[in-house]
Amino acid sequence: MNWNGATAARVRVPAESERSTTIALDLICPAGSLVSLKAAIDHGADAVYMGFRDNTNARAFPGLNFDEAQAAEGLRYAHDRGRRVLLALNTYPQPDTWSRWTGAVDRAAKLGMDAVILADAGLMRYAAKQHPQLRLHLSVQGSATSYEAVNFYREHFGIQRAVLPRVLSLPQVENVVQHTDVEIELFGFGGLCVMVEGRCLLSSYCTGESPNSAGVCSPAKAVQWTETPAGLESRLNGVLLDRYGKSEKAGYPTLCKGRFNVGGETYYAIEEPTSLNTLDLLPEMLKIGVAAIKIEGRQRSPAYVTQVTKVWRAAIDAVKKNADAFKPTPAWQAELNKLSEGQSHTLGAYHRPWK
Amino acid sequence: MNLSLGPLLYYWSRDDVLAFYDEVKHWPVARVYLGESVCSRRHLLRLPDWLDLAEQLSTAGKEVVLSSQTLIESESDLKTLRRIVGDGRFRVEANEWGAVRLLSEAGVPFVAGPTLNVYNPETLDVLAGLGAQRWLPPVEMSRNTLASLLQRAPASMETEVFAYGKLPLAYSARCFTARHYNLPKDDCQFRCLDHADGLPLSTREGEPFLTLNGIQTQSAGVYNLIGELPALRELGVVCLRLSPQSRHMGRVVDAFRAALAGETHAAETLARILPGPPVDGYWHGRAGLEHAGLIHISEKHA
Repeated sequence: MNWNGATAARVRVPAESERSTTIALDLICPAGSLVSLKAAIDHGADAVYMGFRDNTNARAFPGLNFDEAQAAEGLRYAHDRGRRVLLALNTYPQPDTWSRWTGAVDRAAKLGMDAVILADAGLMRYAAKQHPQLRLHLSVQGSATSYEAVNFYREHFGIQRAVLPRVLSLPQVENVVQHTDVEIELFGFGGLCVMVEGRCLLSSYCTGESPNSAGVCSPAKAVQWTETPAGLESRLNGVLLDRYGKSEKAGYPTLCKGRFNVGGETYYAIEEPTSLNTLDLLPEMLKIGVAAIKIEGRQRSPAYVTQVTKVWRAAIDAVKKNADAFKPTPAWQAELNKLSEGQSHTLGAYHRPWK
Repeated sequence: MNLSLGPLLYYWSRDDVLAFYDEVKHWPVARVYLGESVCSRRHLLRLPDWLDLAEQLSTAGKEVVLSSQTLIESESDLKTLRRIVGDGRFRVEANEWGAVRLLSEAGVPFVAGPTLNVYNPETLDVLAGLGAQRWLPPVEMSRNTLASLLQRAPASMETEVFAYGKLPLAYSARCFTARHYNLPKDDCQFRCLDHADGLPLSTREGEPFLTLNGIQTQSAGVYNLIGELPALRELGVVCLRLSPQSRHMGRVVDAFRAALAGETHAAETLARILPGPPVDGYWHGRAGLEHAGLIHISEKHA
């Protein structure tokens, strides 16, 4: 089975000996625009992922994403250079607008996308049936955290890759890899969801819109900044998420990264404004057979994409050359820290003490 | 339309759990969901204890369903899941797709839980084909979306709706209760035991906002559809899920029973014992924390 040789629904899971995939640590970079796509390709991404310009993907932000002509141009640019383009269709189709999602799958197939990244089982069944040649990836929004769940999608829809939620420790990831033929992709860098992706409704509880149903989290239109005598306040649909003193740097008011009061203490009750950075874990990820590393940030600038892609390309090349001697350079870490939310980073759930 | 008692989402002492379900035997609920669906570290009742309880409630005339764990992380989580599926005596509520795989392979009919993310009839049809007989919409689904979905739902699929309780909103690898006490998750000292209805989280200006329940985050507001029974009936919903809380649960059940019987004061009675601000924004297609289509926090600051 090569990259494009996707299989029809209800496939047999091939035995270990039949596996032909040798993909290891493919670098998957975010493309929120054509400029970002080109930046990622020029600086060493093996593949980029993008979304169409509507709520069929989980970064349905104004001014972001691709219309059909731009998508075609992006594909041409990537394919001319031997790279791949993945299309995120990873929100959950709503009953009245189902055809928007199936239409997007049809367009992806017509455009020659190298894979579509889906979360919804019904949409996956549609894609597998209508476009058996189209490669399917299970989105992180599908919330599959065990090999039983991953293999479900493999058996029924022939998925070839799954992106795991940022909740498992590396030994748990290894256990998944060992019990499935599906390639495993992990988040390596960028904004950190502290909740299981696809299982978080905090945003819709506060604003009416969640990643699952609207493709947004803590949407900008619900954000309100107010200068008050007590400090700069950030609100989401009126709910106070944080208040900043004169010397504090205010960040984007993502709901789970606000300061709240629990038991008389005010603190980051859910998560600090920090980013995921797993550079240190690359040798282990290579060893356990992780197929691809995803960089978060389709909403970030082309400059961000350029810098992050450069660093991760260099790091992945270095670890593949000599995993034992691999050590992230201070320059790489400094560069990534500059780009991190809150200027700090964490190993997240991959490293047990974070939990 | 009848009532079900959802799985106990909090961590109570063994005595409290047993005493609670002793009372449940006498409550007017047709169906009881049992088991630990939130955190695998909670062990005061292990699977054999839940199965004992299931037998007792079944003898008392309740239909029993075992709820599977929502976030599966380890091989030992899977081992418990396989034992639940393999037991065979009771129906199972699948709360993630690994459980769906095991249940469909075993040929066991199941309930598709609210965290399977069924947002459209096509996905519901996939589940029907695998053996789901009943399903629950995601708690964020509005009445209008549910109505559209049900127009094309597979025949004979039963719909149960989460109709009362703090809303389960999110799951994480991190334990927020342990975090509050500056304890590592692996040595959490089972602090959830001190918070029978979860740990309240409010904004810096004191508005109740969320509830921390170990790795699960719930709303602070109490979802309550007691005033929506005509709409629920019209949609063909067969069962209302009431989510357990530590105090007044028998009275909550009674209020819903009375409302189903057409008693007009039931909603008022219930309003007096709600353990938090009432919310129903999700049902009306709005922010979950709103109530009766009115903005509950935001208007104050507009």
